[in-house]
Amino acid sequence: MSLPNITLVTFGFFEQDFLENIVLAVSSEFNCTVNLREGRIDLGEYYDPARRQYNGNTLLKIVDSMQYPDSLKVLGIFNVDLFIPILTFIFGQAFLNGRCGIASVYRLSNERYGMPKNNQLLIDRTKKEVIHELGHTFGLIHCDNPICVMRSSTYLEDVDQKRQNLCHNCKAKLEIIL
Amino acid sequence: MAKKISILIVDDEESVRDSLYNWFIEDGYRVECAEHARKALTLLESDQFDIILADIKMPGMDGLEMLRRIKAIKPDSIVIVMTAFATVDTAVKALKDGAYDYVTKPFDPDDLTHLIRNATKQISLEDENENLRKKVITLENVEDLIGTSEAMQALLHEVESVAQTNSSVILTGESGTGKELVARAIHANSPRRFFPFVSVHCGALTESLLESELFGHEKGAFTGAMYNRKGRFEMADSGSIFLDEIATISPKMQVELLRVLESKTFIRVGGNKEISSDFRVICATNKDLKNMVEQGTFREDLYYRLNVVNIQIPPLRERTADIPLLVEYFIKKYCASMNKPPATIDSSALKRLQEFNYPGNIRELENMIERAIVVGDGKRITLKDLPLEKTMVNSSTESLDDFEKAFILQILQKYSWNISRTAKALKVDRVTLYHKIKKYDLKPSDQ
Repeated sequence: MSLPNITLVTFGFFEQDFLENIVLAVSSEFNCTVNLREGRIDLGEYYDPARRQYNGNTLLKIVDSMQYPDSLKVLGIFNVDLFIPILTFIFGQAFLNGRCGIASVYRLSNERYGMPKNNQLLIDRTKKEVIHELGHTFGLIHCDNPICVMRSSTYLEDVDQKRQNLCHNCKAKLEIIL
Repeated sequence: MAKKISILIVDDEESVRDSLYNWFIEDGYRVECAEHARKALTLLESDQFDIILADIKMPGMDGLEMLRRIKAIKPDSIVIVMTAFATVDTAVKALKDGAYDYVTKPFDPDDLTHLIRNATKQISLEDENENLRKKVITLENVEDLIGTSEAMQALLHEVESVAQTNSSVILTGESGTGKELVARAIHANSPRRFFPFVSVHCGALTESLLESELFGHEKGAFTGAMYNRKGRFEMADSGSIFLDEIATISPKMQVELLRVLESKTFIRVGGNKEISSDFRVICATNKDLKNMVEQGTFREDLYYRLNVVNIQIPPLRERTADIPLLVEYFIKKYCASMNKPPATIDSSALKRLQEFNYPGNIRELENMIERAIVVGDGKRITLKDLPLEKTMVNSSTESLDDFEKAFILQILQKYSWNISRTAKALKVDRVTLYHKIKKYDLKPSDQ
């Protein structure tokens, strides 16, 4: 059986080292080949001046419309503050059992909360968020296991508490799905 | 398996519906959306939702009006109202009208998660409470099947073995032998004991009432159907349903019942959604169902479907050895319920009780003891406290003739064989009494 292909599309500037770390983590977790692409869209079109944030729902649809025929799943990585109309912010979102998802590093950095910069922590948090959203695209729902990467996290502390891997149950579900 | 919580989102803004939909399905909830209140109310007629998340400001019927209508149909619904224009007045109004909570858009993701988690916890607590309450009621009502007689021991053995299976059971026995008690004992000893035991007295209900009672009904299904109502089959999910007086159900209900027993699915009266329920059926009758099948008044296929196991409950006159134990049990029971110290019974009174025929079986004995405790001095039950005089017959009586013979002899002895006084007491003329004495070959020496 050929391995599934996942494409990560970046929107905005990211360090190469940072992205390589994310690619490696995703590739290892889903046992797949991961392609890295650069997305070229004018993010200003998705900016909501009233909320001073970017509309996550529209961006999700934009990523979904991008054609990567060789990829089973596509995930957009942003560095801007995302929102959906009902919530004050989101770390990311995805179509459950769908083709794509999005994640933002904006609220994952220490500096955003007045703490000293920590690159490794930011990489770890981004890995978790990206794997979490990709997990949804494979049909995985939130997990009750506090250290599973599919655990719902609405605060940074929740993200830090969990690991970057799927728990045994979620892994078993994923194997069935794949 | 944990119940999957269902959420209905009602909001006129598509982006809000989509956002909430995506958010909740990632949490594993079942989610449906409605763009206006009318659609939500239509959905609620055909489907059940645990949590309803509704916007207050909507074109047409607003969220508050919808909240009132939902509460009128299903008072225990959890409705959370949301709005972009928060005012204390609307919040208070919504809460007064029965909203579970009130939130202002946009919410913090953590607040939304906690709100739904709390509502979910409340739903599971309510379900747990309901199940425990049913369990307590079931356990409280299961009195021990009392008796050491051979007949009783055989019955207990049958109950024990049949309880472990899922087979349908028919309990047959005379009125008052304790068929419901046996049904409860089967349920209480079965793996289904932590789920409801639902009892239906088929004979007490008309065909249409029985249909609505068993299958439930939707609001407006008939005059007076103000609310959606669960049927007994639905209530008995995972538990047992006891259908008493099964022989009394109409041919139409027999067909319906057969279909439900075969498929374990049914549709509420006035509804169109198929509901499934996992129940075990225990039936009871004092009629000869096989004979009814032969006469064509009871469906043969239904009979065989129900009659997987048949337990015959012996009448009290066939287990007189159990009477002292039963008497002791009923004395304790009624003294406790009437807040009286435990009473005792005279040996002569007990002897007479053991000689009685009990056409009404255990129910009759129980009533006698209850009456004796009410009318007696509360310390000791004597012959005069027992209503045996008028109906006292020897336990050997087996037919109406035997009963008449024993009764006439008893009155003759009471009046020292004075024919005139005896005839007067029996309210017959002397000639009739002579005929009876001749017919039964009664003599003053007969005891």
